[in-house]
Amino acid sequence: MAHHSPGYHDHYVGPEPRSWWTRYVFCQDHKVIGIQYALTALFVGAVGMVLSWGMRLQLGFPGQFSFIDPSRYYQAVTQHGMIMVIYLLTAFLLGTFGNLLIPLMLGARDMAFPFVNMLSYWVYLLSVLVLLASFFVPGGPTGGGWTLYPPQTVLKGTPGSDLGIVLMLVSLILFIIGFTMGGLNYVTTVLQLRTKGMTLMRMPLAVWGIFVATILALLAFPALFVGCVMMLLDRLAGSSFFIPTIVQFGQLQPHEGGSPLLFQHLFWYFGHPEVYIVILPAMGVISEIIAVHARKPIFGYPMMVLSILVIGALSFVVWAHHMYTSGMNPYFGFLFAVTTLIVAIPSAVKVFNWVLTLWRGNIHLTTPMLFAIGFLNTFLIGGLTGLFLGNVVLDFPLQDTYFVVAHFHMVMGVAAIVAIFAGIYHWFPKVTGRMMNETQGKIHFWVTFVGTYAIFLPMHYIGLTGVPRRYYDFNNLQFVPESVHSLERFVTVVALIVGAAQLLFAYNLVHSIFWGKRSGQNPWQAATLEWVAPTPAPHGNWGAVPPPVVYRWPYDYSVPGEAEDFIPQNRPTLQAQSAGGGGGE
Amino acid sequence: MQALAVALTLVAMIVATIFLTVAKVWWFAPLASNWGSLDTLIVITFAVTGLALVGVNLFIAYSVYYHRAQKGRKALFFVDNPRLEWGLIAATTVGIVVLLGPGLYYYAQLIRPPQNHMVVEVLTQQWLWSYRYPGKDGILGPASIKRFTPANQFGLDTQAQASQDDVPVLGGPLTLPVGQPVLLRMRSNDVLHSFYVPQFRVKWDIVPGMVTELWFTPTKTGEFQVICAELCGVGHYSMVGKVVVMEPQAFQKWLSERPTVAQIFGPSPKAQR
Amino acid sequence: MPQVEERGGLGGTRDRGGRGSGGGGGDPGAPGAFPLPTAKLGAWILLGVVTVIFSALVSAYLVRMGLPDWKSSPKPGLLCFNTAVLACSSLFFQRAAWAARKGEARGVRTGVRLGGVLGVLFILGQLLAWGQLQSLGFRVSSNPSSSFFYLITALHGLHLAGGLVAWAVVSARPTPLRIELCTLYWHFLLAVWAVLYGLLLLT
Repeated sequence: MAHHSPGYHDHYVGPEPRSWWTRYVFCQDHKVIGIQYALTALFVGAVGMVLSWGMRLQLGFPGQFSFIDPSRYYQAVTQHGMIMVIYLLTAFLLGTFGNLLIPLMLGARDMAFPFVNMLSYWVYLLSVLVLLASFFVPGGPTGGGWTLYPPQTVLKGTPGSDLGIVLMLVSLILFIIGFTMGGLNYVTTVLQLRTKGMTLMRMPLAVWGIFVATILALLAFPALFVGCVMMLLDRLAGSSFFIPTIVQFGQLQPHEGGSPLLFQHLFWYFGHPEVYIVILPAMGVISEIIAVHARKPIFGYPMMVLSILVIGALSFVVWAHHMYTSGMNPYFGFLFAVTTLIVAIPSAVKVFNWVLTLWRGNIHLTTPMLFAIGFLNTFLIGGLTGLFLGNVVLDFPLQDTYFVVAHFHMVMGVAAIVAIFAGIYHWFPKVTGRMMNETQGKIHFWVTFVGTYAIFLPMHYIGLTGVPRRYYDFNNLQFVPESVHSLERFVTVVALIVGAAQLLFAYNLVHSIFWGKRSGQNPWQAATLEWVAPTPAPHGNWGAVPPPVVYRWPYDYSVPGEAEDFIPQNRPTLQAQSAGGGGGE
Repeated sequence: MQALAVALTLVAMIVATIFLTVAKVWWFAPLASNWGSLDTLIVITFAVTGLALVGVNLFIAYSVYYHRAQKGRKALFFVDNPRLEWGLIAATTVGIVVLLGPGLYYYAQLIRPPQNHMVVEVLTQQWLWSYRYPGKDGILGPASIKRFTPANQFGLDTQAQASQDDVPVLGGPLTLPVGQPVLLRMRSNDVLHSFYVPQFRVKWDIVPGMVTELWFTPTKTGEFQVICAELCGVGHYSMVGKVVVMEPQAFQKWLSERPTVAQIFGPSPKAQR
Repeated sequence: MPQVEERGGLGGTRDRGGRGSGGGGGDPGAPGAFPLPTAKLGAWILLGVVTVIFSALVSAYLVRMGLPDWKSSPKPGLLCFNTAVLACSSLFFQRAAWAARKGEARGVRTGVRLGGVLGVLFILGQLLAWGQLQSLGFRVSSNPSSSFFYLITALHGLHLAGGLVAWAVVSARPTPLRIELCTLYWHFLLAVWAVLYGLLLLT
């Protein structure tokens, strides 16, 4: 089955690719699947970015771009949100990093179920195609907001309420099915296929983050799945799960007695864990990068693992903080405000521990490290503004204003995308055997980091003045000071500049694949197992030799008395050597 | 050089944030209701979170600059310090308690209207704000969406005794007496909407099939705008209505000049017979 | 004062709970880090996810039931028969699993075949029940309880249909592990159906 030496038998490797077709397209190798996820997610992400330009042009220069009418504006708002949260961030952080890192970091030859893993990508691609198809059907894609709140999303008066919403729901259902296939693999692989010596408490934090996020996703996506199927029935079969008796535009609608809040509960029961599904892998990736590039062990590893677990557990008891003003029973507000603010404690632990990892390090400001510092900053700001919104009573003035927009962009938009960039710059040499251009990478970082700050910092204050989100135009709002309109123009110009910087990134990415400087096997001198494998790793990851045996935790950087400032996880300890068990390598 | 740039950028960001917050260049619209406590709590929250923001960012800036990579230097092998970690956890907990305490206290007030409130019904539809005042008897007559007709958009039971002196105001404006606590009972004919007057600070969603409630006391006379704060279709951004707060006598005069249900639909047949 | 851990030499690793051996290779039938076959662990996780789906559905059902316009709708008597069919199907799979453990090829073949055929019969029976309900005038849009009826039975039926795909693979190339997993899935869907059917009958 596999090509490595006889006697070491393991079947956790898909069939050896024999043709171009099975090597690059219908491939069961986790590394190829990870790259397929990456390319698809980056492509839809680019679509999402272009949609945000449409929004920004309208907000900065209202009425001057006639192709952005209210319908198109709301479609852009909705699709931008949905694409970024689900089809870019979730797909990239779990699909790409999950696939690339889990087997390599744990010393496995592949995922537990390579065939199901391959199916996962193809179902994801199908869901992306269905989503993109909704742009070309009559009426266009849905414009009901990424939260898809019924009843408006399925009724006239909202763009895309005839076909767009149907395709949106079908696409989400497909995404969830595809993700479940991948998620089964990630969890099973982490639990079963760790190499000898790789105990759970020796796993790199990136794997911990992806592992816990996947468990959250497996528990949270079913709620969205059920919500989507029910809304599909409401839309297509005339049932009344979410739609009460309604008179719209003078017409009595054929529905009765449903509850719009029921959908909101199902949506946010998924939607809040979704935030952590995105941010936990990002936190893991950042932990790796900070330790490697500061040449310093991660501070408080057990506490870091514990905080991931606590955040994961708490994420299921805070969902209704998205619904403080929704008309649900107001007494829930007390409970959910307390649970929500408690989440700040494990999150603060993570920030403190990253910062203490930097302290007295030997910090190499490489491109990935710069992005990691950018992550610390944006995640911190986004987390702190969360304390405003989570504290139930303050949500009343701030909910549905630009303060919320700025908050979630900082904490899970910019922070997560910056972690993705950090990860790409960091692991690019592992995947291709070449380095990305550092100068271009640094320009990309500075424009992106300073730019996103210039976009979202003012947005908090626009929100304080009371400007509501999802307004096509607020010229007729008298309480909005004139200076806010100038500020909007400024934000739009910066957003376009930041967008242009992403083109530089795309150029750097493509150019470096073919012409980048050769990286060698371990360019960052990292201690984790993925750098022990040949670069680029062959099918089966470890070649003809058995997978490495692990003797130590993943962060032995700058160990006193050592000549080098890192010790790979597979280097035996003195005890292991003296016990004569030095094998493995 | 780069380390210095990172450190200075972080400092510049702190300075910009503090400036924007302290200078109040863009800040809340002037308060016109009893919810000044929320403005205070926002300031407290800015102070507590600002402390964390400044502290952590300065520490990052310091570390990035002073502990930048140098030849021959080795990082400190510093893996754990439970006392430090638990200390930081305790500090975070204190910060959260400081925020949550007053937050929950004010929230308890926000969801419990005072005894002497007056009731006004809010009715929303795409994309229009309408209101109904209970009239002299202080009771809103029964209403149901099932009775909707173009002439009777509120779905009023025009026969009921309690409805007779109700004052429906289709399309607004919402007129309120200053200094009088008002409880809004809100219904929607079609989709989700949200009642939001920035100067009053509070907002609450309006859900079809339900009645939601919101209370506040207007404290300033003048004209304001009520805007919809929940995406409600393509006309969402144009769903802006007028709110007028006037002296109580002027309000009574205004109300008495509006036609009642009996005047609009004619007296109920029961009363005629 | 921060404490600095000063441990030198090759032993400078800082490790908690290193029990020295984690998982390891092996064929899917062999235990990994957990003392059970990897494929079986994967199957259990899948069952966990499916359980969450049906739990979400049942919670939505209970919430919707609490709203004032809830009316019960009739349950076709055929469901009782279908339940028996599904239970028999499950039993045949169990028989096949026992036979596989003892290495009896014939018992395996009959068990798997009959189990699968009864599974198909169950789905056909459910479709027939839909037809009966429709002829009584209860469509998806008629009232919330009939909407839920169609939704619940459809989702359960789709999961069984997915099981039939696995069944096709198993009957083509039966191995003891595959038969065991198929049996596990069948028992699980029977249990889910028992809960759902109970819920439908009681409300």
